[in-house]
Amino acid sequence: MAGGGRGLGFTAGLAVAVVTIQVAASSAHKVFYLTQLTMSAYAMLIVLGLALLMGYAGQASMGQAGFFAIGGYTAAFLTTFDLAPHRGSVVVSLLGRMHLLLTRADGSGGSITHVHPWAAALFAIVLAAAIAWLVAGPVFRLRGHYLAMATLGFGIIVHRIFLGSSLFGAADGISDVPALALLPGFAITGRAASRVSNYYAAWGVVLLTLWMLSNLIDSRIGRALRAIHGSENAAAAVGIPIARFKTQVFVLAASLAAVAGVLLTHFNGGIGPSDASVMKSVRFVAIVAVGGMANLRGALAMGTVLTFLSLRGYFGTFDDLVFGGILLAMMLFAPEGIVGGQLWQRLKSANPLKVR
Amino acid sequence: MATQVLEVRELGRRFGGLQAVADLSFCVTRGVVKAVIGPNGAGKTTLFNLVSGFARPDTGSVCFLGEDVRGLPAHELARRGMARTFQQIQLVPGMSVLENVLTGRHRHTRAGFLPSLLRLPRTVREGRAAREHCRETLAFLGLADYAEAEAVSLAYGLQRLVELARALACEPQLLLLDEPAAGLNMRETEEMAGTIRRINATGLTVLLVEHDMGLVMNISHEILVLGAGRRVAEGTPHEIQGNPDVIRIYLGEDDDQGP
Amino acid sequence: MLMSSDIFLQFCVAGVTYGIIYGVVAIGFTIIYNTTGIINFAQGEFLMIGGMTAVTLQRYVSLPLAILGAVAITMLAGAAIEVLFIRWLHRPSVLRMIIITIGVSIVIREIALHLWDEKSHALPHFTGDSVSALTVAGAKISPQVLWVIGVCGAMVLLLGLFFRATPLGRQMRACASNRDAARLCGINTRNMVTLSFVLSAGMGALAGCVVSPITYVQYDSGTALAIKGFTAAILGGLGSTAGAAAGGLILGLLESFGVWVLPAAYKDAVAIAVMLGVLFLRPSGIFGNAEAARLREF
Repeated sequence: MAGGGRGLGFTAGLAVAVVTIQVAASSAHKVFYLTQLTMSAYAMLIVLGLALLMGYAGQASMGQAGFFAIGGYTAAFLTTFDLAPHRGSVVVSLLGRMHLLLTRADGSGGSITHVHPWAAALFAIVLAAAIAWLVAGPVFRLRGHYLAMATLGFGIIVHRIFLGSSLFGAADGISDVPALALLPGFAITGRAASRVSNYYAAWGVVLLTLWMLSNLIDSRIGRALRAIHGSENAAAAVGIPIARFKTQVFVLAASLAAVAGVLLTHFNGGIGPSDASVMKSVRFVAIVAVGGMANLRGALAMGTVLTFLSLRGYFGTFDDLVFGGILLAMMLFAPEGIVGGQLWQRLKSANPLKVR
Repeated sequence: MATQVLEVRELGRRFGGLQAVADLSFCVTRGVVKAVIGPNGAGKTTLFNLVSGFARPDTGSVCFLGEDVRGLPAHELARRGMARTFQQIQLVPGMSVLENVLTGRHRHTRAGFLPSLLRLPRTVREGRAAREHCRETLAFLGLADYAEAEAVSLAYGLQRLVELARALACEPQLLLLDEPAAGLNMRETEEMAGTIRRINATGLTVLLVEHDMGLVMNISHEILVLGAGRRVAEGTPHEIQGNPDVIRIYLGEDDDQGP
Repeated sequence: MLMSSDIFLQFCVAGVTYGIIYGVVAIGFTIIYNTTGIINFAQGEFLMIGGMTAVTLQRYVSLPLAILGAVAITMLAGAAIEVLFIRWLHRPSVLRMIIITIGVSIVIREIALHLWDEKSHALPHFTGDSVSALTVAGAKISPQVLWVIGVCGAMVLLLGLFFRATPLGRQMRACASNRDAARLCGINTRNMVTLSFVLSAGMGALAGCVVSPITYVQYDSGTALAIKGFTAAILGGLGSTAGAAAGGLILGLLESFGVWVLPAAYKDAVAIAVMLGVLFLRPSGIFGNAEAARLREF
């Protein structure tokens, strides 16, 4: 049965695990583990969105890293692009009057005036959502492997744009991204002193997302999504607007990826084109596949483990091979998630002569 | 309230070289059970798909509840009050019987993405009311005990009833049944006939496609006979039974032995 | 803004050179797609394997022998992929297959990285060297370009002959046209599938060898080629070998002239843009049949 259910027990258990790990790591003086777990947490936001999209709505996306990058790069760019030389222009003075600008000391002794991180973050997420909305319409008219290729193509174009454009730092990406202040005295940043608070912030966001998505799955919308995945005919016959819902889930998944992008960029203090690469997108698909498509908790658990191991360098130079291999193995032997859906179930159960 | 729930005029559709339905006109009056019969390839399924929005007509018009609905997609017609079942059962795997039937309440519930994500109190209330409604529907069809079972794991006959329950949960103005007795044994077919009669007794208009003559003659008020995509005959079961044209299209020209 | 005729010709030559390679990849896609309905994303890897293997072999044997060996080994690899990953799947969905082939291409690529290294390699020029040039109609062309056009052109022609004139080729066409009917006629469709992989692999390997002196080959060359080959295949109308060849040439020329208007870093983006354009605007491709395209399960 669908594993996205109420699972309040799971959420509570996860919260306990999160706290336990922090206490253990701190006391063992291995606080750097927390940094990698924080990064894993943000990656899990992308995975959760993708698990919803693939497992419940049945749509594969090989381009989630693209939305992650759109979110991250937009936030990075807006908070590092000095607007001081442009003070006179209409846009900049307007931003100033709306209190959306921030002036601070930059790393090299001067000062920089840029968009306030919160405004930048909001804009970045809305931008990613808007792009997803624009792309979804044409994409969902395609089916099967054309859909996968289109999202793959989207991811590659995004990657190429960030890699090739000097505005975004080309191969070096953008660095010196400032902290994102959440509360007085608490900000999303990579500074050593904030490691523990950032760890809790990250996992707090993950738990909140898990709670919200679980609510969604149990709701009327969740059932509609599962209907779309299980039988589009049935969904249409009860009045579910399939194209509209697919688009909305796609936008939701993209927004989650963008949120991850924004937060992780502030945490890392920067972002680079490799974060937008196809292999990153493939990783997320592999994690959702191995976690069990329609299983948010499974994807979360497997994903955290795999991402953490990968970040710690456990897979060495075989990193991509591991994820590629996992994806391949899952698709060969246990495809019942994304690609199962209608065809798989129809083959299994639609035999009118079956005697029961 | 319109007396003609459905009016079809000069409906036509080709697929490649085959004219599946041609120049077809008929009406469905409120409250009747109307059956569409005909030999294989006569165009019955195509007609169903054209009426319910799963296929677009090339020519002709479809009027549902007095409004021109030609070319509207299936989900739009469902929204306006048409519900259907399928020849090959279309239940959602991984969901229970109750959850499958709950999808039928989709157009009567309103919670959107954001309220659902946040589990707002009114969303929870709406969900509870929908569940109540569906449990009543399940009870009406004798499926109350199966509410929590995984829908696709049930016996074939029960799955047909679940699909029927889902269609009823839509509270439709017109119920389209696509071969409701397909794959059912004799006893199950009789039960299905009784069920359809009970559904009709609540005032629901039913249009069905069916091969089982017993069921058709038993429960229909009107019968429409199709042959090669065209109307061959239309009338009460009694009129259809004695109609030589009908016999001819079933048995073929050469074998016409007469009644 | 006009360009001078010899620059124009240079762009044309570059476009045709790359275009023919894309065409070979596209034909490989088409052959496999026609026999199995699968989009084999690992298609690009065949060129990479062929090129890299030949580079290694020619350290020990003569160039022609190295190329022959590389083609043979790649054909074996193609057969192995089919047997290991495709053959035993029971009616897989199209989407599942493409993700599987994406996974296969990733695994092949990473194995290649560890078997060889991350550096780019090349075979020596077949005739002349990297600076020799022939002057044709005002443009300076490396003799290797003629080799590319000649070898690939010959391959395409021979393939056409194979499909039209040999019994085995006709059997493959029957299989592509209607698999069940072909099986009823006694054609061993499973072997036809393997043959299609072997054929695509061999063609890819040879193309990879002949183009490596110009473009160099490295462990991750396959991915870009697969995407561009796929674009070329759908541009020409998926399922048509002639369309694939034409699509390849068109794409090559578009890419080549694209460098004239876009910064060089965006060269790859041209192919993606074309791919997305085809998918969204005309999925049946330039020469494809729109009605037939709608009927096929994509």
